[in-house]
Amino acid sequence: MMTWFGPEELQAVRLSIKVASWAMVASLPIGILTAYALARWSFPGKQLLNGLVHLPLILPPVVTGYLLLLLFGPMGPMGQLLAALNISVAFRWTGAALTAAIMGFPLMVRALRLSFELIDPKLERAASTLGASPLWVFWSVTLPLALPGVVAGSVLAFAKAMGEFGATITFVANIPGETQTLPSAIYAFLQVPGGETSALRLVVISVLISFAALLVSEALNRRLIKRLAAA
Amino acid sequence: MSFDVDIALAQGRFQLDAKFSVPSGLTVLFGKSGSGKTTLINAVAGLLMPDRGRVRVGQRVLFDSEQKIALPAHKRRLGYIFQDARLFPHLSVQKNLLYGQRFLPRSLGKTDPEQIISLLGLEALLQRRPEQLSGGEKQRVAIGRALLAAPELLLADEPLTALDEARKLEILPYFERIRDELKLPVLYVSHAVTEVARLASTVVVLDQGRVTQVGSASEVLSDPQIVPTGVRNVGSVITAQLLQHHVDGLSELSCKGIPLFVPRIDRPIGTVMRLRVAAHEIILSLKKPEGLSALNILPGTIAAIHSGGGPGALVTLETAAGALLARVTQRSVATLELEVGKPVFAVMKSVAIAPQDIGRDHA
Repeated sequence: MMTWFGPEELQAVRLSIKVASWAMVASLPIGILTAYALARWSFPGKQLLNGLVHLPLILPPVVTGYLLLLLFGPMGPMGQLLAALNISVAFRWTGAALTAAIMGFPLMVRALRLSFELIDPKLERAASTLGASPLWVFWSVTLPLALPGVVAGSVLAFAKAMGEFGATITFVANIPGETQTLPSAIYAFLQVPGGETSALRLVVISVLISFAALLVSEALNRRLIKRLAAA
Repeated sequence: MSFDVDIALAQGRFQLDAKFSVPSGLTVLFGKSGSGKTTLINAVAGLLMPDRGRVRVGQRVLFDSEQKIALPAHKRRLGYIFQDARLFPHLSVQKNLLYGQRFLPRSLGKTDPEQIISLLGLEALLQRRPEQLSGGEKQRVAIGRALLAAPELLLADEPLTALDEARKLEILPYFERIRDELKLPVLYVSHAVTEVARLASTVVVLDQGRVTQVGSASEVLSDPQIVPTGVRNVGSVITAQLLQHHVDGLSELSCKGIPLFVPRIDRPIGTVMRLRVAAHEIILSLKKPEGLSALNILPGTIAAIHSGGGPGALVTLETAAGALLARVTQRSVATLELEVGKPVFAVMKSVAIAPQDIGRDHA
């Protein structure tokens, strides 16, 4: 590996995996809550929330990136709030992870929402008659039954995070070792003469990682669905 | 321990306004579909919120609109057996069974699952997953799961309806054992006379959201008051397959090999039919009758005898065609020395089965 890769390429691969993993893990709890609320609850502003969640899917990525810069940049309201907590996301890998999380969020929520909607509420009612509090019902019945959606949503969010380019480069730029993820690195290599071989190697890696993620999720999902086959 | 219900609940145009008080034992909530049985049991379970009223199990108040008490479902300590077993598909049979144990109050200590598991004959199924079970097995596990939550009252909403006749007969005795051996109070929703006859200590008749009658099984079943509930009069339901049409205007049905002759039914050969046989149309005989004009003779054994205050008695027979109810006099019970376990022959005239009592089987 080390000999085949240049240090810059390896750095980009490592950073991308780090950014995508953080984006996936950190957005999962919020994604589960949002998807559950959209699937099960009725509340004022539900359609607004739904629209907000889907916005990154529809907006041009460069717009999302610019909005993030306005919000989370050193001068932005969120940026100053985070600065007070000694957290900085501007031009940092954390900013890349935040961008990736927001861009992958609609895909994750869609998969989760669908799996929540497919769960028969009668099973949850049965659990409550057996003495389980609403939180326990969620933990012991709803969430396990939604596991295929959790896996699918996570993989989609991870894949989206690995490939996110437009919003990331707009918000956190293209700093090697800090914010230069796989797509940014491919882009950078293509800008310099003689960079094609490096770019091509990263393209192959990118395809392999995405494919592996897809295969793992398919395999997991098959096992889960078999396990959850209608009782 | 007694059980008191007095609730009002509006659901769209339907209005439930039910009040009754019953002693311990197995109470059958009886009525045709749409009479409000399931709404009532769901209100008792805490899955539906009544508009006003009171629900009390023993000394425990589960709901009281005046005192502003409304325990959530998970704090009511009831076991609920649904029509569909509703087993958790992601858990093994064993984990399904033990699901409710975690939530038991510590003061109660752990109940011993072995007793319930052996009562329901579940030993061999413990490691299986719900999708590997037959309909009857699923329902047995569901009963076990509800019992192991150590409920103070067991609720059952037509637990046998989704099962075929053979499975029904397999499950029915378990409810008798719950009633007799565990001495657990049960509220059992049903529209089947056979279930009422076999199980009920008390029957609460529900019609259009109102309680029209409360009494013992024999009182209610042998009471003409039951007419408005949709059960024209006491009887049993048997299923049989249409075998052939005869030129003399009769249709021949096969009831698990036993021929039954009824007035012509305009249905294709092979259709599975459901016949209601009124209890008062059945004559019991100790020997197989010969030289009799009645065409239908079914051998069976006596499963139960209910005698109320009047001169009548209701005899439940187990036959190959299912349970059959016969209404005879108490004098006949005495002179024929009828008792549980005794083999007898049920005799019925072909014309005794009215055309409106023959229907296609839904199952």
